[in-house]
Amino acid sequence: MTLNLIYFARLKDTFGRGGETLDSGAASVAELLAELAARGGVWADELGSGRVFRVAVNQTMAGPDTALAAGDEVAIFPPVTGG
Amino acid sequence: MSNFTIRVGHAEFEPGAEIAALSGNPAAGAIASFVGLVRNYGDAAHVTALELEHYPGMTEAELARIVDEARQRWPLTAATIIHRVGYLPLGEQIVLVVVAAGHRRDAFAACEFLMDYLKTRAPFWKKEHYQDGSSRWVDAKDSDDDAAARWMAQ
Repeated sequence: MTLNLIYFARLKDTFGRGGETLDSGAASVAELLAELAARGGVWADELGSGRVFRVAVNQTMAGPDTALAAGDEVAIFPPVTGG
Repeated sequence: MSNFTIRVGHAEFEPGAEIAALSGNPAAGAIASFVGLVRNYGDAAHVTALELEHYPGMTEAELARIVDEARQRWPLTAATIIHRVGYLPLGEQIVLVVVAAGHRRDAFAACEFLMDYLKTRAPFWKKEHYQDGSSRWVDAKDSDDDAAARWMAQ
């Protein structure tokens, strides 16, 4: 299935892209993160265990167990720093 | 949402005009406001500008959720949140929160609550630009998480 991934702030810079369309078999956020981390390099560095980041699915904050469906918009970003 | 306004964009705002806009309700005896400015120090010294990035769509939705939570806690007659994005030089205004209520305690409390929740939940990110030309994404602060967490006990 196709997922629309978006990266923000430091992660956008580190990954060298603002987003991507991914053909993924991930059924949950945790599975997607494992799939991305398996790319190695900066992906493993930033999305590996112990790293702090946030995930939103369809513009709502999500957790590792949040289920994914075809066409979902999944955003991965650092903890927010507005205000 | 007529009395409850959320605006996200680069355009400057005028706090006096925004406060005046909430002053028409005869049941509103109190208006509290907060303005956040670009300061000359942050994670490092000699900050010359901030660059604000956000998540269009989710930002507005999250701010609306935060306003809804405030309205469940306090009887507010109106509120305005304006948050700027893009490149903002030293001294520029970043954020405005204006809250109108019957009484001052509700207005003060809701204004602080909205800022505390905005800082920890609304998808904005700051990058600091320094005098030497370098720049760096700002780290999230534990103190901001603590400020937001204390409302959960109330």
